[in-house]
Amino acid sequence: MCGIYQNGIAHFFYLKDRQSISLSGFLEETIAAKMGIALAKKEMITYNRKRVNVKAGWRRLFMGMVQTERLVYEYEKRDEEGNVIGMSRAIDGVDIDVKEGQFIAILGHNGSGKSTLAKHMNAILVPTEGTMWVDGKDTKDPENLWEVRQSAGMVFQNPDNQIIGTVVEEDVGFGPENLGVPTDEIWSRVEESLKAVGMIEYRHHSPNKLSGGQKQRVAIAGVVAMEPKCIVLDEPTAMLDPVGRKEVLKTVQKLREKKHVTVILITHYMEEVVDADQVYVMDHGHVVMKGSPREVFAQVDKLKEYRLDVPQVTVLSDLLRKKGLEIPAGILKKEELVDAICRLN
Amino acid sequence: MIRDITIGQYYPAKSILHRLDPRVKLVSTLLYLVSLFLFKSIPGYIVATLFLAVVIRLSKVPFSYIVKGLKPVIMLLMITVIFNLFLTRDGEVLFHAWIFTITEGGLQTAVYMAVRLIYLIIGSSLMTFTTTPNELTDGIEKLLHPLNKIHVPVHEVAMIMSIALRFIPILLEETDKIMKAQIARGADLENGNIIQRAKNMIPILVPLFVSAFRRANDLAMAMEARCYRGGDGRTKMKPLHYEKRDRIAYVVVIVYVIAVFVIGRYVPLHVWVF
Repeated sequence: MCGIYQNGIAHFFYLKDRQSISLSGFLEETIAAKMGIALAKKEMITYNRKRVNVKAGWRRLFMGMVQTERLVYEYEKRDEEGNVIGMSRAIDGVDIDVKEGQFIAILGHNGSGKSTLAKHMNAILVPTEGTMWVDGKDTKDPENLWEVRQSAGMVFQNPDNQIIGTVVEEDVGFGPENLGVPTDEIWSRVEESLKAVGMIEYRHHSPNKLSGGQKQRVAIAGVVAMEPKCIVLDEPTAMLDPVGRKEVLKTVQKLREKKHVTVILITHYMEEVVDADQVYVMDHGHVVMKGSPREVFAQVDKLKEYRLDVPQVTVLSDLLRKKGLEIPAGILKKEELVDAICRLN
Repeated sequence: MIRDITIGQYYPAKSILHRLDPRVKLVSTLLYLVSLFLFKSIPGYIVATLFLAVVIRLSKVPFSYIVKGLKPVIMLLMITVIFNLFLTRDGEVLFHAWIFTITEGGLQTAVYMAVRLIYLIIGSSLMTFTTTPNELTDGIEKLLHPLNKIHVPVHEVAMIMSIALRFIPILLEETDKIMKAQIARGADLENGNIIQRAKNMIPILVPLFVSAFRRANDLAMAMEARCYRGGDGRTKMKPLHYEKRDRIAYVVVIVYVIAVFVIGRYVPLHVWVF
């Protein structure tokens, strides 16, 4: 009996190792439960003449794309002469869990630790305490470094400082070049990812002549070309005008629909997170609120306490509700408020 | 005004020159620069001018755009010309006043020097106009590849150069912004003697350096995030292969160098001069 399971499960892990397959929760649990019996004691098994790491397989099965456990990041505080005067915690005991294919938003005011957290997802920073797994791999392990960076692509805030190439297509090709992708495939990836962000007609242009929103889309294409499972956007719209901001968000939305990548959006604009599956609010290195956008947005007073700019519609509907009108909490869009007001009698 | 600097900028166009292998362009530019110093006679200049004119024509880069690139080096040009003009004492005296003497030889050297320098700048900027910095660095990397054996970090140097070129326009724009910001705060950049004006540049240079370091830091992070780990195991999006046109270009350039050398040396020049 055990043998049959073992074979099937090994095959499952083998597949899991090569590509991401997601099974529905129930199936996953049954298989995993049976696997547990079969493989509880083994760490590595051989399947199809390949070594399969059961532990990593397990983790990947149950863990999401990005998961942290009591993550702490400390840095040295220095005075003007550069002497260490103490430690400061940028992140203090953060637990997050992002499942494959989800759209997660992390909100927070300046200095809340949200960007520091983002840098952990790409192993640019390594946790002082606790653990961060990206696609089941511990970011602390130097052996995983490049795999982690390939699984979780990162888009930064400043569009100028992350474009390396002097021609759009060369910049998009930079990531695949670093990964050692064969030339023909680099070209097809560049073309595909430029199409995905709608910048294909600019492929021969110099990035200097593009608008901020366009540059940011090129940066996203550069990450997409590396075929990551997860894209982390660290305040991608902070330096853009409203038009550019819309452009970038639309691109992200389109990518999610087309490529089913996991998206982690870090921002302090609350309007940008209304479509997220899950919202985390950070303050002083802690996760202070967590839930669906509707749940989070319902607590207007608390959000204001964390110095977040609550969207006008939400504030308005909250005020109306407090005045005794029958309007549901956590209104995210104009249409919803209009709808709610029309229902009043 | 600072944006007018076109040296080192790529000019996108579809010409035979743009399609040539960067190695050909690098070697040819070098040969051309050397060739400018191989002759002393007017016929030599004529050959060099013709060659340059043909290349400019082939490059499809507008002539006015190329001339714009000369602007920032005018100062340097003037200094060279003036020194040559007044300090060379050779031949008949054309003009004499107080300590200034212009001789026929001096005038000749000054004009020749100016022409040489202008050709030198146009020649080398034609290369950067028609070659993207990435291609250029690829070319340098491949040309200098043998030096890897004696532990010269060829790839790293090439990468540094390409990034420097990429950031020239960004930093220029930044300088422009800082200058305007300081002028708005009452900084005086136009008046005063040279020392004062140099001192007045400090409030521009300090923020510029600070921002350059910040950019460098950001860029390094962005490169690492995209799995950059040096030259090992890296593939190329645009690998270099010599084609037929590249071989032809090599032949043309070598023929030109020989022609300039022979004509510049052996065709009598005194018929032409003045």
